[in-house]
Amino acid sequence: MNAKTLYWLVKREFWEHRGGFIWTPVITGIVFLVLNLMGIVGGEVFGFRHGFHFGPLESQDLVAKIHSLDARELQQVSTYLDLAMLFPSCLIAIVFAFVVFFYCLGALYDDRRDRSFLFWKSLPISDTATVLSKVIAAVLIAPIAVVVCGMLTGIIMLLIFAIALSFHGVSVWSLLVLAHPLHVVGFLVGCIPLYLLWALPTVGWLMLCSSWAKSKPFLWAVVIPVALGVIISWFNLFGSVGFESTWYWHEIAARVLFSAVPGDWLPAHSLEHLGDNPENFNRFFDLSSSYAVLTSVEIWAGVAAGIAMLVGAVWFRRWRDDS
Amino acid sequence: MNAVVTAKDLSKRYKNALALDNVNFQIPAGRIVGLIGPNGAGKTTALKAILGLTDFQGQLNVLGLDPRTQRDRLMEEVCFIADVAVLPRWIRVSEAIDFVANIHPRFNRAKCESFLARTKLTPGQRVRQMSKGMIVQLHLALVMAIDAKLLVLDEPTLGLDILYRKQFYQNLLEDYFDENKTIIVTTHQVEEIEHILTDLMFIRDGRIVLNTDMDAMGERFAEVMVSADMAATARQLKPLDERQVFGKSIFLFDGVDQAQLKALGEIRRPSVSDLFVATMKGTYA
Repeated sequence: MNAKTLYWLVKREFWEHRGGFIWTPVITGIVFLVLNLMGIVGGEVFGFRHGFHFGPLESQDLVAKIHSLDARELQQVSTYLDLAMLFPSCLIAIVFAFVVFFYCLGALYDDRRDRSFLFWKSLPISDTATVLSKVIAAVLIAPIAVVVCGMLTGIIMLLIFAIALSFHGVSVWSLLVLAHPLHVVGFLVGCIPLYLLWALPTVGWLMLCSSWAKSKPFLWAVVIPVALGVIISWFNLFGSVGFESTWYWHEIAARVLFSAVPGDWLPAHSLEHLGDNPENFNRFFDLSSSYAVLTSVEIWAGVAAGIAMLVGAVWFRRWRDDS
Repeated sequence: MNAVVTAKDLSKRYKNALALDNVNFQIPAGRIVGLIGPNGAGKTTALKAILGLTDFQGQLNVLGLDPRTQRDRLMEEVCFIADVAVLPRWIRVSEAIDFVANIHPRFNRAKCESFLARTKLTPGQRVRQMSKGMIVQLHLALVMAIDAKLLVLDEPTLGLDILYRKQFYQNLLEDYFDENKTIIVTTHQVEEIEHILTDLMFIRDGRIVLNTDMDAMGERFAEVMVSADMAATARQLKPLDERQVFGKSIFLFDGVDQAQLKALGEIRRPSVSDLFVATMKGTYA
């Protein structure tokens, strides 16, 4: 396996999945912007019809307010701007999670179903390289498209709002300078390696099912972990096993099915008090707090399990004989 | 002898059936071998074993490599068209060329493009927009541009019209085959390939029942057209097969002295399909 082969294999994935990896983030971003525009226009029309006038008087107040902001408030404004910019990326990331989920399920199954794997298998490509290229495409390269589309959408959205406000005589351009687009991009790009590590159990499990299933990989991928969980919960009803079903649902079932959702590694409590204090947001944007998760045993156990399942996927890719 | 493929006691068992039963054969370089047998005889299994697509018992050596453990290296020297129209439906002509050109060390891009120039295919065209015949043209252009030592074709023209079928084998013979290359082909359209074969292998119920080169086949088997009055004499020589045409009987003999047969009537070399039908009698009974 060499780098050139791997490069072309990843490229091939993007040829095949241009729709999922490129167009889905682009279209989600566009839809988001269109909805925003519709909101602004709708607000203007509503205000005009009902005589609400966002007149120069209020504008003056607002402009005065903008000028009287102290350092701490400016700091807050900049944090909120960064968050606003981040928001479209989060939205696109959620849509992207679905793309990755179904991509992994089909990655080693679809070409067996339409028999085109016989063509790929006629070329000097190792099965390890094939599987590796699909993992790289899904959780390393495709997220970059998400970041690019998300950031562009975020910046355009801020510009749209600034333009809309300037029609009312309020200039917020001076405030826009307070945003840190590069910082946010750095944060998002910095999260990608963490995403790769965190998503490995899900990617591994889905690709294992994709490589192994004779038919209906989706059903197997979902039914097996859910059925296991139901059985464990059922035994728990009798209090018989020293094995907690909540632990299973949280650490196994959720990890093999939902870990491809970006940001899933953030513990729920870290988001709860986010709104209390802008300082919390700054901590949120600090990569080191995200990377703190690397000190937990769970993530590395997940990585090991993910790699083991990928090895299984490679083995089935090599020896599954159903042509 | 520089054998390209050597099989020794090759066996393959599926859950409830024996697909290959202690098969032994050798394929030398520079041959075009027709592997011919009824449905379910084990042809495809044998090819899959050679290509490392399935596990098996026994020994198999392809170009000095074991297809089970050295498959990745083997695929640099071996090409195959495993079925009709297995190219991925989303790929464009230009993408397919780019991909193979960058993945395969023995691919000649200029050659491939010159083959495609003779077809109606355009670079931007996707496989899903092509007819079955066009897909095979693309696949063949890709494969012929690879300087491989062994080419394996499993029913490459199934379902194509006669123009595409003829053109397929003509291209192979004129622009691809030479003494350094070996081709193994399976097909049911025996008549169309018999003039290009150098060797013939009949397989039935997982066993090789006939393995001969075409010259030896002409010497061993003979078809004689015998008039009605001589028919009884002919039958005494234990023909493989007998059929009636225009009041005359056509007998197929295996290993009977040619001089002896000349006395009975006009001698011809049997066609592969007649020989096949005679050999496989009772297969589905």
